[in-house]
Amino acid sequence: MIARGLLLLAFASVASANPVPVGPGTYRPTFPASPSEAAVPVAKFWLDRDPVTNTQFLAFVRAKPEWRRDRVKQLRADASYLAHWAAPDALGDAPASAPVVHVSWFAARAYCTWRGGRLPVEKEWELAAAASEKAHDARGDRATQDRILAWYAERTPARLPDVGQRTNAWGVRDMHGLVWEWIEDFNSALVTADSRSSGDMFCGGAAAKSQDPTAYATFMRLAFRSSLEARFTTPILGFRCAYDEEIR
Amino acid sequence: MRKSSVLLLPLVFVACERSDASRSVPTLLPAIDVTSMPTGEPLVAQLTQAPNVPHPIFRERPARVRVELEVKEVEKEISPGVRYTMWTFGGQVPGKFIRVRQGDVVELTLQNHPSSKMPHNIDLHAVTGPGGGAEPTFIAPGKQTTFTFRALNPGLYVYHCATAPVPMHVANGMYGMILVEPPGGLPYADREYYVMQGELYTTGKYHQPGLQAFDMEKGIDEKPTYVLFNGAEGSLVGAKALKARTGEKIRIFVGNGGPNLTSSFHVIGEIFDRVYSEGGTKVQENVQTTAVPAGGSAIVEFTVEVPGKYIIVDHALFRAFNKGAVGTLEVEGESRNDLYTQKRADAPYTGPIVRGPAMPVIAPAEGPVTGEGTYKRVCAACHQPDGRGMTGAFPPLAQSDYLASASKDKLVDHIVNGLQGSITVNGTTYNSAMPPMGFLTDEEIAAALTFVRASWGNGLDAIDKEDVARVRRATK
Repeated sequence: MIARGLLLLAFASVASANPVPVGPGTYRPTFPASPSEAAVPVAKFWLDRDPVTNTQFLAFVRAKPEWRRDRVKQLRADASYLAHWAAPDALGDAPASAPVVHVSWFAARAYCTWRGGRLPVEKEWELAAAASEKAHDARGDRATQDRILAWYAERTPARLPDVGQRTNAWGVRDMHGLVWEWIEDFNSALVTADSRSSGDMFCGGAAAKSQDPTAYATFMRLAFRSSLEARFTTPILGFRCAYDEEIR
Repeated sequence: MRKSSVLLLPLVFVACERSDASRSVPTLLPAIDVTSMPTGEPLVAQLTQAPNVPHPIFRERPARVRVELEVKEVEKEISPGVRYTMWTFGGQVPGKFIRVRQGDVVELTLQNHPSSKMPHNIDLHAVTGPGGGAEPTFIAPGKQTTFTFRALNPGLYVYHCATAPVPMHVANGMYGMILVEPPGGLPYADREYYVMQGELYTTGKYHQPGLQAFDMEKGIDEKPTYVLFNGAEGSLVGAKALKARTGEKIRIFVGNGGPNLTSSFHVIGEIFDRVYSEGGTKVQENVQTTAVPAGGSAIVEFTVEVPGKYIIVDHALFRAFNKGAVGTLEVEGESRNDLYTQKRADAPYTGPIVRGPAMPVIAPAEGPVTGEGTYKRVCAACHQPDGRGMTGAFPPLAQSDYLASASKDKLVDHIVNGLQGSITVNGTTYNSAMPPMGFLTDEEIAAALTFVRASWGNGLDAIDKEDVARVRRATK
């Protein structure tokens, strides 16, 4: 009875992912590959309104048991994968409506495929994340940038809040302030041989090639992403899905 | 393992016996043979939190040394009621002190606590190699990594996080120090302490209570809200003050994490007997204030003679007075009134205590009075031994038209009572002051004037001591 109730709740939450349209727009990479790529057009796409929650991800794990933490291949997720759940198929004390964390890039990707979507690419995620409550592009807005930076500098809370804290001008919620998020090309920013060769991110090197050396919040996302490997999971890293077309 | 401890123990004793002899300045150090790698089980480095320093190293040979540092993001009180999320190497600011020996092969494991929100890494200035370790140690939260380096150069080096945006990681507390000891160690010291300066840029004003966030704008403008020793206001005050006894030799390993300011490190009421400037090998002596650049260090050594409280400051004093850069060294011992009188005498104000004009310091006369002797002793310092004076400052006496035209009484008056205002000598105008020389005897003045008038082609006649006495009486 309890299990069925959870399942119903799970479906309700999946349905409420409510992708919202974002773009078209322009993305200005912090480290453009060439001068002609200083401004990159971004086509219209749909993005989950909220980060994927524990409840939503539980539904996926039940549907695709190969993604249970006791069955997942070690190549696809490290030892702390879904470590915050009470059991491989039960949340226990993990907050149902908080973003799912302790998920690997492989797992996030599999979830989005299961949902009929994909992970957003960097230019899509950053376009959606550049908005404040009022403006689509708030990258020059000091108050907005300070708030983002302040969240980055805070400690990870023992218990994550529920999704739906703050809505931006695209109608997307919690792009900042809840969790870091996986993107499809998380290691593309400065990748050379492998995802760990990110020498350009250190010391003065980071500022030398950047379009805006005061974009500290962007630097931090880049640094965070480039510290990852696809199987890594952390207590503050979640994700949301993107879609090329509107889905129901 | 047992073998190496057996080997180590006698070395410790040898080193202790040597300690007095090694007080002298160390000679140039033998180069490290990088082709021979240390063998044997690795030693585990004992790390310390500031202001403590690990024990000196007396090993005769390099070793493999394991160092473990854990990066943790922790909320700290930086001033009473003011909190800040510090990013730390080892849970405190500054990071744990690492002490190794020149030639050691250091296996450094960096752990990033799972609760961290940020990836981190470490760049040790003691490392020879691009990035100083930054790239091989770059780790996501909840991960750890190990890299190995050879400590080739002795010295006191800063380490810091080098993850973008680097200034923010450093401003949030990610700095510490590693000492690479020369073979034989540093000269003996009774006390060793670890003091490291750093800045905080908070959104709130100085002393504004509550949890403060990082202010990027203040950082870019290089206008810190706090300049602190050892990560918090009061970290070296009261019960936490540095302690010593009189007669003890104190060594402070001083570092500056920055990220922006150069420290003017100073201990009020002390003189650093020796400073290893910039943490290097050269020693400067008798230093009042030493510059410690951001990302740099200095080793200061001094012996305290007088007991009491010594205030440690960044002598860019607004930082000490208004931003927190203050610490204390408390010294116990017998008072030393021969060096420093501690009592203050609150006597009523009496006006100038020493009356009379300021006197030039002139050696007392020896032997019989001669004109030449008096001139050399008293006059030559300004008018020069050859009487030619100094252009623009002191008029010439040699072949002087002024000397030839002035009356004897006027010349005597100039010497007894001095001369103020502008005079023209040989076509050049001088506008300085000659101090009164009335402290000379009549005989001395007469002899000196006679010498001047007879010398250097002046060809003028003598002046009697009775003339001097008369002018002195007349102008009193």
